Amino acid sequence: MAGQLKEVRNRIKSVQSSQQITKAMKMVSAAKLRRAQDAIVQMRPYAQKLQEMLSNIVSSTEGELNLKLAENRPVENVLLIVITSDRGLAGAYNTNVVKAAKQTIQDKYAAQFAKGHVTVWNIGKKGWETLSKAGYKTDATYKDLFLQLTFENVQTVAKAAMKAFEEGVFDAVEIVYSEFKNAATQRFAAEQFLPIPKQEVAQGAKKTDFIFEPEKGQLIAELMPKILNIQLYKAVLDAHASEHGARMTAMDKASENANELLKSLKISYNRARQAAITTELTEIVSGAAALQG
Amino acid sequence: MTLEILTPEKKLYNGEVYGVQLPGIEGLFEILDKHAPLVSALGKGNLKVLKDKGGKTEQYSIQGGFVEVLNNKATVLVEGAVALD
Repeated sequence: MAGQLKEVRNRIKSVQSSQQITKAMKMVSAAKLRRAQDAIVQMRPYAQKLQEMLSNIVSSTEGELNLKLAENRPVENVLLIVITSDRGLAGAYNTNVVKAAKQTIQDKYAAQFAKGHVTVWNIGKKGWETLSKAGYKTDATYKDLFLQLTFENVQTVAKAAMKAFEEGVFDAVEIVYSEFKNAATQRFAAEQFLPIPKQEVAQGAKKTDFIFEPEKGQLIAELMPKILNIQLYKAVLDAHASEHGARMTAMDKASENANELLKSLKISYNRARQAAITTELTEIVSGAAALQG
Repeated sequence: MTLEILTPEKKLYNGEVYGVQLPGIEGLFEILDKHAPLVSALGKGNLKVLKDKGGKTEQYSIQGGFVEVLNNKATVLVEGAVALD
């Protein structure tokens, strides 16, 4: 009996210390999430406007300009930029991103994949580990981007992708990441990066006749790389916030589960304690009765 | 006209103004009320918000960016903006 008591006590102690860790991780993630969220909310209008401007120009210049970055070629080689986190313990976050990546390959690029023409650039260690183990053609050059998350570093990745696209190394580039909705919800999606998707001009909507200064070609040459940089930066920031959101939720659940576990452990501890006391009493009483008898 | 100045970090300005002076890559220019739709690239220089006709202004130094004018609304996207006194 005493042995069982001790076991339960040890178990309670270990669950308590796990709970302390999960609680602390939740707090840390909450703080980091707030910062990451701020960064996104602040940059969203900028990114949206840039995107709008680009779409306006590209759709109004159809057939007039030879836009290298918007060129639709038969797709032979595909690049996926997959953004995951560096650390685990974030619930199903990384699994879901990897799943989305595999799904995209299966749905859209199965033929290219069969020929081994699908390359994955990983941002974040977790996705790299999973995908390279699963036999995908991965490139870990930008794996550690999250160690130093700055606009400049993200820019380097975007530039490399643009260069590879222009040189014809890849015919399509997609970003697979998790879009941040709120702390508990993420949307896992693939987004076309290159060639630049043309904005659908709504039926009946008249095209605005913009004055372009300098002329369109030069303007686009200036605008294009900036927009793509921002697009990737936004994806990375979104992924960053999603990671902390997912971790926060996961750790919250873990703490809750620990609470429940503690409750039932305490009940069995008390039960064992009571049983021990009862046995002891019975022994004493019956011992005394034997002496008197 | 309405003016909105955006940077990747935050919204720098939003409100009704008389006009705005911008450093285009081909030279300084000014946008006033009811300007025609325009998209232009900006170079390094000073951006001057003309708040009213009386000459109340607000200045920023910028590293580059873009401006779009549509429906009497000017949206300026800038990088490396610093407010000047």
